[in-house]
Amino acid sequence: MTEEIIIAGFGGQGVLSMGKILAYSGVMQNKEVSWMPSYGPEMRGGTANVTVIISDERISSPILNSYDTGIILNQQSLDKFEKTIKPGGLLIYDPNGITHPPVRKDINIYSIAAADEAGKIGLSKVFNMIVLGGFLKLKPLVNPENIHKGLEKSLPARHHKLIPDNEKAIELGKELLIPVVVLN
Amino acid sequence: MGELRLMKGNEAVAEAAIRAGCDGYFGYPITPQSEIMEYLMAEKPHERTGMVVLQAESETASINMLYGGAGTGKMVMTSSSSPGISLMQEGISYMAGAELPCLLVNIVRGGPGLGTIQPSQADYFQAVKGGGHGDYKMIVLAPASVQEMCDFVKLGFELSFKYRTPAFILSDGAIGQMMEKVELFDPIPRRTEAELIKQCPWAATGKPKNREHIIITSLDLDPAGQERVNLKLQAKYKIMEENEVRYETIQCDDAEYIFVAFGLSARICQKSIDLARKKGIKVGLFRPITLSPFPTKPLGEMSKRVKGILVVEMNAGQMIEDVRLSVHSDQKVEHYGRFGGIIPSPDEVVAALEQKIIGG
Repeated sequence: MTEEIIIAGFGGQGVLSMGKILAYSGVMQNKEVSWMPSYGPEMRGGTANVTVIISDERISSPILNSYDTGIILNQQSLDKFEKTIKPGGLLIYDPNGITHPPVRKDINIYSIAAADEAGKIGLSKVFNMIVLGGFLKLKPLVNPENIHKGLEKSLPARHHKLIPDNEKAIELGKELLIPVVVLN
Repeated sequence: MGELRLMKGNEAVAEAAIRAGCDGYFGYPITPQSEIMEYLMAEKPHERTGMVVLQAESETASINMLYGGAGTGKMVMTSSSSPGISLMQEGISYMAGAELPCLLVNIVRGGPGLGTIQPSQADYFQAVKGGGHGDYKMIVLAPASVQEMCDFVKLGFELSFKYRTPAFILSDGAIGQMMEKVELFDPIPRRTEAELIKQCPWAATGKPKNREHIIITSLDLDPAGQERVNLKLQAKYKIMEENEVRYETIQCDDAEYIFVAFGLSARICQKSIDLARKKGIKVGLFRPITLSPFPTKPLGEMSKRVKGILVVEMNAGQMIEDVRLSVHSDQKVEHYGRFGGIIPSPDEVVAALEQKIIGG
Protein backbone atom coordinates (compact mmCIF):
# COMPACT_ATOMS: atom_id res chain seq x y z
CA MET A 1 0.00 0.00 0.00
CA THR A 2 1.26 3.45 -0.95
CA GLU A 3 -0.94 6.53 -0.68
CA GLU A 4 0.32 9.75 -2.27
CA ILE A 5 -1.55 12.82 -1.04
CA ILE A 6 -1.42 16.52 -1.78
CA ILE A 7 -2.98 18.87 0.79
CA ALA A 8 -3.29 22.48 -0.36
CA GLY A 9 -4.93 25.71 0.73
CA PHE A 10 -4.25 29.15 2.18
CA GLY A 11 -1.48 29.68 4.70
CA GLY A 12 -3.07 29.58 8.15
CA GLN A 13 -5.70 26.96 7.30
CA GLY A 14 -3.63 24.29 8.98
CA VAL A 15 -2.57 22.57 5.78
CA LEU A 16 0.94 21.75 6.99
CA SER A 17 -0.22 20.67 10.44
CA MET A 18 -2.94 18.43 9.00
CA GLY A 19 -0.24 16.74 6.95
CA LYS A 20 2.04 16.47 9.94
CA ILE A 21 -0.64 14.87 12.14
CA LEU A 22 -1.48 12.40 9.35
CA ALA A 23 2.23 11.60 8.83
CA TYR A 24 2.97 11.23 12.53
CA SER A 25 -0.06 8.93 12.91
CA GLY A 26 1.44 6.88 10.09
CA VAL A 27 4.75 6.63 11.95
CA MET A 28 2.83 5.45 15.04
CA GLN A 29 1.22 2.77 12.84
CA ASN A 30 4.69 1.62 11.75
CA LYS A 31 4.35 2.95 8.20
CA GLU A 32 6.97 4.68 6.12
CA VAL A 33 6.06 8.35 5.69
CA SER A 34 7.29 11.52 4.07
CA TRP A 35 6.05 15.11 4.50
CA MET A 36 7.33 17.58 1.94
CA PRO A 37 6.09 21.15 2.35
CA SER A 38 6.16 24.00 -0.08
CA TYR A 39 8.38 26.61 1.44
CA GLY A 40 9.74 30.00 0.55
CA PRO A 41 8.26 32.28 -2.10
CA GLU A 42 5.36 29.92 -2.84
CA MET A 43 4.18 30.15 0.76
CA ARG A 44 4.72 33.87 0.96
CA GLY A 45 2.28 34.19 -1.95
CA GLY A 46 -0.44 33.04 0.43
CA THR A 47 -0.84 29.42 -0.59
CA ALA A 48 0.61 26.46 1.25
CA ASN A 49 0.80 22.85 0.23
CA VAL A 50 2.32 19.66 1.48
CA THR A 51 2.89 16.28 -0.11
CA VAL A 52 2.30 13.42 2.33
CA ILE A 53 3.17 9.85 1.38
CA ILE A 54 2.21 6.92 3.59
CA SER A 55 3.46 3.50 2.55
CA ASP A 56 4.25 -0.02 3.67
CA GLU A 57 7.45 0.17 1.66
CA ARG A 58 10.48 2.45 1.49
CA ILE A 59 9.34 5.70 -0.11
CA SER A 60 11.04 6.71 -3.34
CA SER A 61 10.54 10.31 -4.40
CA PRO A 62 9.11 12.67 -1.75
CA ILE A 63 8.21 15.04 -4.58
CA LEU A 64 5.54 14.04 -7.07
CA ASN A 65 3.52 15.41 -9.94
CA SER A 66 0.51 13.12 -9.63
CA TYR A 67 -1.39 12.02 -6.56
CA ASP A 68 -3.84 9.37 -5.34
CA THR A 69 -5.67 11.95 -3.25
CA GLY A 70 -5.99 15.72 -3.31
CA ILE A 71 -7.34 17.55 -0.23
CA ILE A 72 -8.06 21.04 -1.48
CA LEU A 73 -9.07 24.05 0.57
CA ASN A 74 -9.09 27.02 -1.81
CA GLN A 75 -9.74 27.95 -5.44
CA GLN A 76 -6.09 28.53 -6.42
CA SER A 77 -5.16 25.09 -5.15
CA LEU A 78 -8.12 23.48 -6.92
CA ASP A 79 -7.08 25.15 -10.17
CA LYS A 80 -3.52 23.94 -9.69
CA PHE A 81 -4.05 20.40 -8.42
CA GLU A 82 -7.35 19.06 -9.85
CA LYS A 83 -5.53 17.96 -12.99
CA THR A 84 -2.80 16.20 -11.01
CA ILE A 85 -5.07 13.58 -9.40
CA LYS A 86 -4.50 10.13 -10.91
CA PRO A 87 -7.50 8.75 -12.86
CA GLY A 88 -9.63 6.79 -10.38
CA GLY A 89 -8.16 8.87 -7.54
CA LEU A 90 -9.88 10.97 -4.90
CA LEU A 91 -10.51 14.71 -4.56
CA ILE A 92 -11.93 16.17 -1.36
CA TYR A 93 -12.60 19.91 -1.27
CA ASP A 94 -14.18 22.46 1.00
CA PRO A 95 -16.73 24.43 -1.08
CA ASN A 96 -16.17 27.57 1.03
CA GLY A 97 -14.87 30.24 -1.37
CA ILE A 98 -14.96 27.90 -4.39
CA THR A 99 -16.49 29.65 -7.41
CA HIS A 100 -15.40 27.09 -10.02
CA PRO A 101 -16.04 23.60 -8.63
CA PRO A 102 -14.09 20.61 -9.95
CA VAL A 103 -15.12 19.30 -13.35
CA ARG A 104 -13.39 15.93 -13.71
CA LYS A 105 -15.51 12.83 -14.21
CA ASP A 106 -12.73 10.22 -13.96
CA ILE A 107 -11.99 10.68 -10.26
CA ASN A 108 -14.05 10.38 -7.07
CA ILE A 109 -14.99 13.80 -5.77
CA TYR A 110 -16.45 14.69 -2.37
CA SER A 111 -17.16 18.07 -0.86
CA ILE A 112 -16.93 18.73 2.86
CA ALA A 113 -18.27 21.99 4.31
CA ALA A 114 -15.73 22.02 7.10
CA ALA A 115 -15.18 25.78 7.34
CA ASP A 116 -18.92 26.46 7.74
CA GLU A 117 -19.37 23.68 10.27
CA ALA A 118 -16.32 24.68 12.32
CA GLY A 119 -17.69 28.24 12.48
CA LYS A 120 -21.14 27.02 13.57
CA ILE A 121 -19.87 24.90 16.44
CA GLY A 122 -17.28 27.45 17.51
CA LEU A 123 -14.27 25.23 16.79
CA SER A 124 -12.68 27.12 13.92
CA LYS A 125 -9.21 26.12 15.18
CA VAL A 126 -9.83 22.47 14.37
CA PHE A 127 -11.29 23.09 10.91
CA ASN A 128 -8.43 21.15 9.37
CA MET A 129 -9.22 18.11 11.52
CA ILE A 130 -12.80 18.07 10.19
CA VAL A 131 -11.34 17.78 6.70
CA LEU A 132 -8.92 15.08 7.84
CA GLY A 133 -11.88 13.17 9.31
CA GLY A 134 -13.59 13.21 5.91
CA PHE A 135 -10.44 11.82 4.29
CA LEU A 136 -10.03 9.09 6.90
CA LYS A 137 -13.67 8.03 6.44
CA LEU A 138 -12.91 7.34 2.76
CA LYS A 139 -9.36 6.05 3.26
CA PRO A 140 -8.86 4.67 6.78
CA LEU A 141 -5.07 4.48 6.49
CA VAL A 142 -4.48 4.99 10.19
CA ASN A 143 -6.64 3.88 13.11
CA PRO A 144 -8.03 6.25 15.77
CA GLU A 145 -5.60 5.03 18.42
CA ASN A 146 -2.60 5.99 16.28
CA ILE A 147 -4.22 9.30 15.34
CA HIS A 148 -4.42 10.02 19.06
CA LYS A 149 -0.71 9.24 19.38
CA GLY A 150 -0.01 11.31 16.25
CA LEU A 151 -1.81 14.27 17.81
CA GLU A 152 0.17 13.89 21.03
CA LYS A 153 3.44 13.81 19.10
CA SER A 154 2.59 16.65 16.70
CA LEU A 155 1.07 19.17 19.10
CA PRO A 156 3.23 20.94 21.66
CA ALA A 157 2.41 19.93 25.25
CA ARG A 158 0.64 23.25 25.92
CA HIS A 159 -1.94 22.32 23.25
CA HIS A 160 -2.58 18.78 24.48
CA LYS A 161 -5.76 19.97 26.18
CA LEU A 162 -7.12 20.53 22.66
CA ILE A 163 -6.68 16.88 21.64
CA PRO A 164 -10.32 15.93 22.55
CA ASP A 165 -11.61 18.79 20.35
CA ASN A 166 -9.37 17.59 17.53
CA GLU A 167 -10.68 14.05 17.84
CA LYS A 168 -14.27 15.31 18.00
CA ALA A 169 -13.63 17.26 14.80
CA ILE A 170 -12.25 14.17 13.05
CA GLU A 171 -15.42 12.23 13.99
CA LEU A 172 -17.60 15.12 12.83
CA GLY A 173 -15.78 15.24 9.47
CA LYS A 174 -16.74 11.64 8.84
CA GLU A 175 -20.43 12.68 8.81
CA LEU A 176 -20.07 15.75 6.59
CA LEU A 177 -18.92 14.29 3.29
CA ILE A 178 -21.16 14.96 0.32
CA PRO A 179 -20.50 12.79 -2.74
CA VAL A 180 -20.14 14.80 -5.97
CA VAL A 181 -18.74 12.18 -8.34
CA VAL A 182 -18.54 8.54 -7.28
CA LEU A 183 -17.02 6.08 -9.72
CA ASN A 184 -18.25 2.51 -9.81
CA MET B 1 15.59 -0.25 18.16
CA GLY B 2 16.37 3.44 18.68
CA GLU B 3 13.80 6.11 19.34
CA LEU B 4 11.49 6.80 16.37
CA ARG B 5 10.57 10.35 15.47
CA LEU B 6 9.09 12.28 12.59
CA MET B 7 11.65 15.00 11.91
CA LYS B 8 12.75 17.52 9.34
CA GLY B 9 16.16 16.84 7.84
CA ASN B 10 17.50 19.98 9.49
CA GLU B 11 16.17 18.92 12.90
CA ALA B 12 17.69 15.47 12.45
CA VAL B 13 21.12 17.04 11.84
CA ALA B 14 20.79 19.08 15.03
CA GLU B 15 19.59 16.20 17.22
CA ALA B 16 22.27 13.91 15.78
CA ALA B 17 24.96 16.47 16.62
CA ILE B 18 23.93 16.46 20.27
CA ARG B 19 23.74 12.66 20.32
CA ALA B 20 27.08 12.23 18.55
CA GLY B 21 28.84 13.98 21.42
CA CYS B 22 29.55 17.21 19.54
CA ASP B 23 31.34 19.82 21.67
CA GLY B 24 30.35 22.95 19.80
CA TYR B 25 28.15 24.31 17.02
CA PHE B 26 28.97 27.73 15.56
CA GLY B 27 26.74 29.13 12.84
CA TYR B 28 24.92 32.00 11.25
CA PRO B 29 21.29 31.73 10.10
CA ILE B 30 20.33 31.35 6.45
CA THR B 31 17.33 29.76 4.72
CA PRO B 32 16.76 26.85 4.12
CA GLN B 33 18.78 25.53 7.07
CA SER B 34 17.98 27.88 9.95
CA GLU B 35 16.07 25.10 11.75
CA ILE B 36 19.43 23.51 12.64
CA MET B 37 20.43 26.32 14.98
CA GLU B 38 16.82 26.97 16.03
CA TYR B 39 16.47 23.35 17.12
CA LEU B 40 19.81 23.42 18.92
CA MET B 41 18.96 26.64 20.75
CA ALA B 42 15.55 25.25 21.80
CA GLU B 43 17.05 21.96 22.97
CA LYS B 44 19.60 23.75 25.21
CA PRO B 45 22.32 21.13 24.67
CA HIS B 46 24.54 22.91 27.21
CA GLU B 47 22.07 21.49 29.74
CA ARG B 48 21.82 18.05 28.10
CA THR B 49 25.49 17.36 27.35
CA GLY B 50 27.48 20.55 27.90
CA MET B 51 27.64 21.23 24.14
CA VAL B 52 28.14 24.89 23.19
CA VAL B 53 25.81 26.46 20.62
CA LEU B 54 26.79 29.91 19.48
CA GLN B 55 25.43 32.27 16.86
CA ALA B 56 28.51 33.86 15.36
CA GLU B 57 28.54 37.35 13.84
CA SER B 58 29.07 35.91 10.35
CA GLU B 59 29.88 32.72 8.46
CA THR B 60 33.52 33.81 8.30
CA ALA B 61 33.57 34.03 12.08
CA SER B 62 31.88 30.60 12.38
CA ILE B 63 34.51 28.77 10.37
CA ASN B 64 37.33 30.44 12.28
CA MET B 65 35.68 29.44 15.56
CA LEU B 66 35.75 25.90 14.19
CA TYR B 67 39.48 26.26 13.49
CA GLY B 68 40.10 27.29 17.07
CA GLY B 69 37.87 24.60 18.57
CA ALA B 70 39.25 21.84 16.34
CA GLY B 71 42.79 22.94 17.16
CA THR B 72 42.11 21.94 20.76
CA GLY B 73 40.72 18.57 19.65
CA LYS B 74 37.08 19.51 20.17
CA MET B 75 34.33 17.98 18.04
CA VAL B 76 32.99 21.06 16.28
CA MET B 77 30.58 21.77 13.47
CA THR B 78 28.82 24.44 11.48
CA SER B 79 26.05 24.49 8.93
CA SER B 80 24.93 26.95 6.32
CA SER B 81 23.47 27.19 2.86
CA SER B 82 25.28 27.96 -0.38
CA PRO B 83 26.19 31.68 -0.08
CA GLY B 84 27.23 31.14 3.53
CA ILE B 85 29.39 28.15 2.62
CA SER B 86 31.11 30.28 -0.03
CA LEU B 87 32.10 32.73 2.71
CA MET B 88 33.70 29.87 4.65
CA GLN B 89 35.97 28.59 1.89
CA GLU B 90 39.15 30.27 3.12
CA GLY B 91 38.73 28.74 6.57
CA ILE B 92 37.93 25.30 5.15
CA SER B 93 41.16 25.34 3.13
CA TYR B 94 43.10 26.38 6.26
CA MET B 95 41.54 23.53 8.25
CA ALA B 96 42.35 20.99 5.52
CA GLY B 97 45.93 22.36 5.43
CA ALA B 98 46.31 22.25 9.21
CA GLU B 99 44.73 18.76 9.27
CA LEU B 100 41.90 19.72 11.57
CA PRO B 101 38.73 17.64 11.89
CA CYS B 102 35.30 19.26 11.74
CA LEU B 103 31.85 18.69 10.30
CA LEU B 104 30.36 21.10 7.77
CA VAL B 105 26.78 20.89 6.53
CA ASN B 106 25.59 22.60 3.34
CA ILE B 107 21.82 22.65 2.80
CA VAL B 108 22.21 23.77 -0.78
CA ARG B 109 19.97 26.39 -2.40
CA GLY B 110 19.85 27.58 -5.98
CA GLY B 111 22.66 29.86 -7.14
CA PRO B 112 24.78 31.50 -8.33
CA GLY B 113 24.91 34.57 -6.10
CA LEU B 114 22.08 34.97 -3.64
CA GLY B 115 20.10 32.83 -6.07
CA THR B 116 16.96 31.43 -4.50
CA ILE B 117 16.03 29.62 -1.30
CA GLN B 118 14.72 26.56 -3.15
CA PRO B 119 16.70 23.28 -3.30
CA SER B 120 19.61 22.72 -5.66
CA GLN B 121 22.68 20.51 -6.13
CA ALA B 122 24.77 23.17 -7.84
CA ASP B 123 27.45 23.19 -5.11
CA TYR B 124 28.80 19.75 -6.09
CA PHE B 125 31.97 21.16 -7.64
CA GLN B 126 32.57 23.45 -4.67
CA ALA B 127 32.27 20.58 -2.19
CA VAL B 128 34.07 17.89 -4.16
CA LYS B 129 36.74 19.78 -6.06
CA GLY B 130 37.61 22.08 -3.18
CA GLY B 131 35.93 25.49 -3.11
CA GLY B 132 38.93 26.89 -1.30
CA HIS B 133 42.48 27.16 -2.57
CA GLY B 134 45.19 24.53 -2.65
CA ASP B 135 45.32 20.78 -3.22
CA TYR B 136 42.93 19.50 -0.60
CA LYS B 137 40.00 17.13 -0.45
CA MET B 138 37.25 16.68 2.07
CA ILE B 139 35.16 13.64 2.79
CA VAL B 140 31.83 14.56 1.21
CA LEU B 141 28.71 12.62 2.17
CA ALA B 142 25.43 12.98 0.27
CA PRO B 143 22.36 11.96 2.31
CA ALA B 144 19.21 11.03 0.41
CA SER B 145 16.84 10.78 3.38
CA VAL B 146 16.20 12.31 6.78
CA GLN B 147 17.54 9.07 8.29
CA GLU B 148 20.85 9.61 6.51
CA MET B 149 20.91 13.27 7.60
CA CYS B 150 20.95 11.89 11.13
CA ASP B 151 23.36 8.99 10.55
CA PHE B 152 25.87 10.95 8.48
CA VAL B 153 26.44 13.48 11.28
CA LYS B 154 27.82 10.65 13.39
CA LEU B 155 29.67 9.11 10.44
CA GLY B 156 31.03 12.49 9.36
CA PHE B 157 32.52 13.18 12.79
CA GLU B 158 34.04 9.69 12.90
CA LEU B 159 35.68 10.04 9.50
CA SER B 160 36.87 13.59 10.10
CA PHE B 161 38.73 12.49 13.25
CA LYS B 162 39.97 9.28 11.65
CA TYR B 163 41.61 11.22 8.81
CA ARG B 164 42.02 14.62 10.47
CA THR B 165 40.27 16.36 7.62
CA PRO B 166 37.03 18.33 7.33
CA ALA B 167 33.98 16.17 6.61
CA PHE B 168 31.19 17.71 4.63
CA ILE B 169 27.50 16.84 4.31
CA LEU B 170 26.17 18.00 0.93
CA SER B 171 22.40 18.08 1.19
CA ASP B 172 19.72 20.39 -0.20
CA GLY B 173 16.77 22.52 0.83
CA ALA B 174 14.21 19.79 0.16
CA ILE B 175 15.88 17.17 2.36
CA GLY B 176 16.45 19.86 4.99
CA GLN B 177 12.79 20.90 5.00
CA MET B 178 11.01 17.57 4.56
CA MET B 179 9.97 15.30 7.39
CA GLU B 180 10.45 11.54 7.46
CA LYS B 181 10.59 8.81 10.04
CA VAL B 182 13.97 8.70 11.77
CA GLU B 183 15.39 6.10 14.08
CA LEU B 184 17.73 8.06 16.35
CA PHE B 185 20.95 6.44 17.52
CA ASP B 186 21.57 6.26 21.26
CA PRO B 187 23.43 9.28 22.65
CA ILE B 188 27.21 9.01 22.83
CA PRO B 189 28.64 10.92 25.81
CA ARG B 190 30.96 13.83 25.01
CA ARG B 191 34.60 12.85 25.47
CA THR B 192 36.21 13.71 28.77
CA GLU B 193 39.35 15.87 28.63
CA ALA B 194 41.49 12.75 29.24
CA GLU B 195 39.76 10.86 26.40
CA LEU B 196 40.24 13.85 24.11
CA ILE B 197 43.98 14.07 24.87
CA LYS B 198 44.33 10.34 24.22
CA GLN B 199 42.40 10.52 20.93
CA CYS B 200 44.05 13.74 19.72
CA PRO B 201 47.73 13.80 20.68
CA TRP B 202 48.18 16.47 18.00
CA ALA B 203 45.77 18.90 19.67
CA ALA B 204 46.73 22.05 21.58
CA THR B 205 45.45 20.92 24.96
CA GLY B 206 47.98 22.62 27.24
CA LYS B 207 51.72 21.93 27.30
CA PRO B 208 53.08 19.51 29.88
CA LYS B 209 56.75 20.01 30.83
CA ASN B 210 57.94 16.82 29.13
CA ARG B 211 56.55 17.63 25.68
CA GLU B 212 57.48 19.98 22.85
CA HIS B 213 55.12 22.73 21.78
CA ILE B 214 52.32 21.67 19.51
CA ILE B 215 51.98 24.03 16.58
CA ILE B 216 48.86 23.98 14.46
CA THR B 217 49.28 25.88 11.25
CA SER B 218 48.72 25.67 7.52
CA LEU B 219 51.78 27.86 6.88
CA ASP B 220 55.22 26.57 5.94
CA LEU B 221 57.26 29.21 4.13
CA ASP B 222 59.91 26.67 3.16
CA PRO B 223 58.69 25.17 -0.14
CA ALA B 224 60.37 21.83 0.60
CA GLY B 225 58.48 21.69 3.87
CA GLN B 226 55.24 22.68 2.19
CA GLU B 227 55.77 20.00 -0.45
CA ARG B 228 56.15 17.44 2.35
CA VAL B 229 52.84 18.66 3.80
CA ASN B 230 51.21 18.20 0.40
CA LEU B 231 52.67 14.71 -0.06
CA LYS B 232 51.35 13.74 3.35
CA LEU B 233 47.90 15.07 2.49
CA GLN B 234 47.87 13.24 -0.85
CA ALA B 235 48.91 9.98 0.81
CA LYS B 236 46.05 10.41 3.26
CA TYR B 237 43.55 11.10 0.46
CA LYS B 238 44.71 7.93 -1.27
CA ILE B 239 43.92 5.89 1.86
CA MET B 240 40.50 7.57 2.02
CA GLU B 241 39.90 6.50 -1.59
CA GLU B 242 40.83 2.93 -0.74
CA ASN B 243 38.78 2.63 2.43
CA GLU B 244 35.90 5.05 2.50
CA VAL B 245 34.02 4.75 -0.79
CA ARG B 246 30.32 4.29 -0.17
CA TYR B 247 27.50 3.82 -2.67
CA GLU B 248 24.16 2.10 -3.12
CA THR B 249 22.71 0.25 -6.10
CA ILE B 250 18.98 -0.22 -6.63
CA GLN B 251 17.48 -2.62 -9.19
CA CYS B 252 20.75 -2.86 -11.09
CA ASP B 253 20.91 -6.66 -11.39
CA ASP B 254 18.99 -6.87 -14.65
CA ALA B 255 19.39 -3.22 -15.67
CA GLU B 256 20.13 -2.30 -19.28
CA TYR B 257 20.40 1.36 -18.34
CA ILE B 258 21.30 3.14 -15.12
CA PHE B 259 20.63 6.47 -13.55
CA VAL B 260 23.51 7.93 -11.58
CA ALA B 261 22.23 10.42 -9.03
CA PHE B 262 22.93 11.55 -5.47
CA GLY B 263 20.79 13.00 -2.68
CA LEU B 264 17.29 14.16 -3.60
CA SER B 265 17.82 13.37 -7.29
CA ALA B 266 18.47 9.74 -6.35
CA ARG B 267 15.10 9.63 -4.57
CA ILE B 268 13.35 11.04 -7.63
CA CYS B 269 15.12 8.49 -9.83
CA GLN B 270 13.77 5.66 -7.67
CA LYS B 271 10.26 6.75 -8.59
CA SER B 272 11.37 7.10 -12.22
CA ILE B 273 12.59 3.48 -12.09
CA ASP B 274 9.10 2.32 -11.04
CA LEU B 275 7.51 4.33 -13.85
CA ALA B 276 10.05 3.17 -16.46
CA ARG B 277 9.81 -0.49 -15.48
CA LYS B 278 6.01 -0.32 -15.92
CA LYS B 279 6.80 0.62 -19.52
CA GLY B 280 9.21 -2.31 -19.82
CA ILE B 281 12.43 -0.27 -19.58
CA LYS B 282 14.98 -2.08 -17.42
CA VAL B 283 16.67 0.73 -15.53
CA GLY B 284 18.44 0.82 -12.18
CA LEU B 285 20.09 3.40 -9.96
CA PHE B 286 23.71 3.85 -8.92
CA ARG B 287 23.81 6.28 -6.00
CA PRO B 288 27.17 7.63 -4.83
CA ILE B 289 26.97 8.17 -1.07
CA THR B 290 30.51 9.50 -0.77
CA LEU B 291 30.89 12.11 -3.48
CA SER B 292 34.51 12.40 -2.34
CA PRO B 293 36.05 9.86 -2.50
CA PHE B 294 33.94 9.14 -5.58
CA PRO B 295 32.98 5.48 -6.22
CA THR B 296 34.99 5.40 -9.45
CA LYS B 297 35.83 1.69 -9.51
CA PRO B 298 32.40 0.20 -8.70
CA LEU B 299 30.72 2.57 -11.15
CA GLY B 300 33.27 1.68 -13.81
CA GLU B 301 32.57 -2.02 -13.27
CA MET B 302 28.82 -1.57 -13.40
CA SER B 303 28.99 0.60 -16.51
CA LYS B 304 30.41 -2.35 -18.48
CA ARG B 305 27.10 -4.18 -18.10
CA VAL B 306 24.77 -1.41 -19.30
CA LYS B 307 23.93 0.25 -22.60
CA GLY B 308 23.69 3.80 -21.34
CA ILE B 309 23.90 6.06 -18.29
CA LEU B 310 21.75 9.09 -17.49
CA VAL B 311 23.21 11.35 -14.82
CA VAL B 312 20.40 13.23 -13.08
CA GLU B 313 21.36 16.29 -11.04
CA MET B 314 19.75 19.53 -9.90
CA ASN B 315 22.51 21.46 -11.65
CA ALA B 316 23.83 22.04 -15.17
CA GLY B 317 26.11 18.99 -15.17
CA GLN B 318 28.71 18.65 -12.42
CA MET B 319 28.90 15.07 -11.11
CA ILE B 320 28.67 13.90 -14.74
CA GLU B 321 32.37 14.82 -15.07
CA ASP B 322 33.29 12.28 -12.37
CA VAL B 323 30.95 9.73 -13.95
CA ARG B 324 32.67 10.16 -17.33
CA LEU B 325 36.08 9.72 -15.66
CA SER B 326 34.83 6.45 -14.14
CA VAL B 327 33.61 4.76 -17.31
CA HIS B 328 35.07 3.75 -20.66
CA SER B 329 35.24 6.61 -23.15
CA ASP B 330 32.87 4.72 -25.51
CA GLN B 331 30.17 4.46 -22.85
CA LYS B 332 27.10 6.55 -23.55
CA VAL B 333 26.70 9.09 -20.72
CA GLU B 334 24.19 11.94 -20.85
CA HIS B 335 22.97 14.49 -18.34
CA TYR B 336 19.54 15.66 -17.29
CA GLY B 337 19.30 18.61 -14.95
CA ARG B 338 17.03 21.34 -13.66
CA PHE B 339 18.46 24.44 -12.06
CA GLY B 340 17.84 27.42 -9.87
CA GLY B 341 15.61 25.68 -7.33
CA ILE B 342 13.47 23.65 -9.74
CA ILE B 343 13.14 19.97 -8.83
CA PRO B 344 12.78 17.52 -11.74
CA SER B 345 9.65 15.37 -11.64
CA PRO B 346 9.89 11.57 -11.88
CA ASP B 347 8.13 11.54 -15.30
CA GLU B 348 10.40 14.12 -16.85
CA VAL B 349 13.39 12.00 -15.82
CA VAL B 350 11.84 8.99 -17.59
CA ALA B 351 11.20 11.13 -20.67
CA ALA B 352 14.85 12.26 -20.61
CA LEU B 353 15.99 8.63 -20.39
CA GLU B 354 13.86 7.74 -23.40
CA GLN B 355 15.01 10.72 -25.47
CA LYS B 356 18.67 11.03 -24.55
CA ILE B 357 19.72 7.45 -23.89
CA ILE B 358 17.30 4.92 -25.40
CA GLY B 359 16.23 6.90 -28.45
CA GLY B 360 19.31 9.11 -28.77
